[in-house]
Amino acid sequence: MKIKTLFFGITSDLIGENQLDFVIENNLSIKDFKQFLIEKHPSIENINSYAIAVNEEYAEDDLILKENDVVAIIPPVSGG
Amino acid sequence: MQRTSIKITSEKLDLNACYAFVEDDSCGGISVFVGTVRNDTEGKEVKKLDFSTYKPMALKEMQKIADLALEKFDVKKVAVHHAEGELQIRDIPVIIAVSSKHRKAAFLACEFIIDTLKETVPIWKKEHFSDGEVWVNAHP
Repeated sequence: MKIKTLFFGITSDLIGENQLDFVIENNLSIKDFKQFLIEKHPSIENINSYAIAVNEEYAEDDLILKENDVVAIIPPVSGG
Repeated sequence: MQRTSIKITSEKLDLNACYAFVEDDSCGGISVFVGTVRNDTEGKEVKKLDFSTYKPMALKEMQKIADLALEKFDVKKVAVHHAEGELQIRDIPVIIAVSSKHRKAAFLACEFIIDTLKETVPIWKKEHFSDGEVWVNAHP
C-alpha cells in the first residue's frame, strides 16, 4: 500500500527531500515503519530521536498504518 | 464568544491584536509573554533565525494547548500567535496573551502555554551564525 511521508527540520536536510511516497507492506506498525525508514534512508540515524505523526496527530509505536496515511517525521521541536 | 485566537503567520506578529483579543469586561488582568530573537547562543553571535512549521498540525496542537489552558486555569481568553519564516534579532517569534478575573491564573496559564508549546508544537528554528547554521534541539 502507498503512504505519503513528510520530513521537517533537520530530517528534511538529512534526507534531502520534504516529501516522499513509499510503498509499504499492509499492517505495518509505526515501530516497523521506523525500521523500514532506516533501511531506506540510513542518514536518519544521525538524529537521536524523532516523533511520528499520522494524519496530523502524534502516533504511538503500536499504531498500524493504513493506505494513504500521511506520515510526518517530527524531529525535536524548537518553536517559541 | 470566541475564547481562543490561534495563528501562524509570515507577517509581523501584532501585539496590539493579541491584547485586544483577550480584553474582557469581567477580567482584572492580562498577562502577555513576548518571545524575542536573541543575538547569541552560548557565546556565539546569532545573525538571524529561520522558523519552519508543519502548519496544519502546529495549528491543531496550539489549539489543544489553548483549550487545555481554559480547562486547567480560571482564565477567560487566550491568544497564541507564532511567526514563521526568517526573523532578525529583536523580532518576535511568539506572543501569548491571557486574560483572567484574578492575576494568578493569567500568570500560570501564560507559563503553561509557552512551556507546552516548546515541547509539542511542530515548529523548528534554524540559527544562522556567521560560520554556518544549526537546527536548534536537533541533537539533544
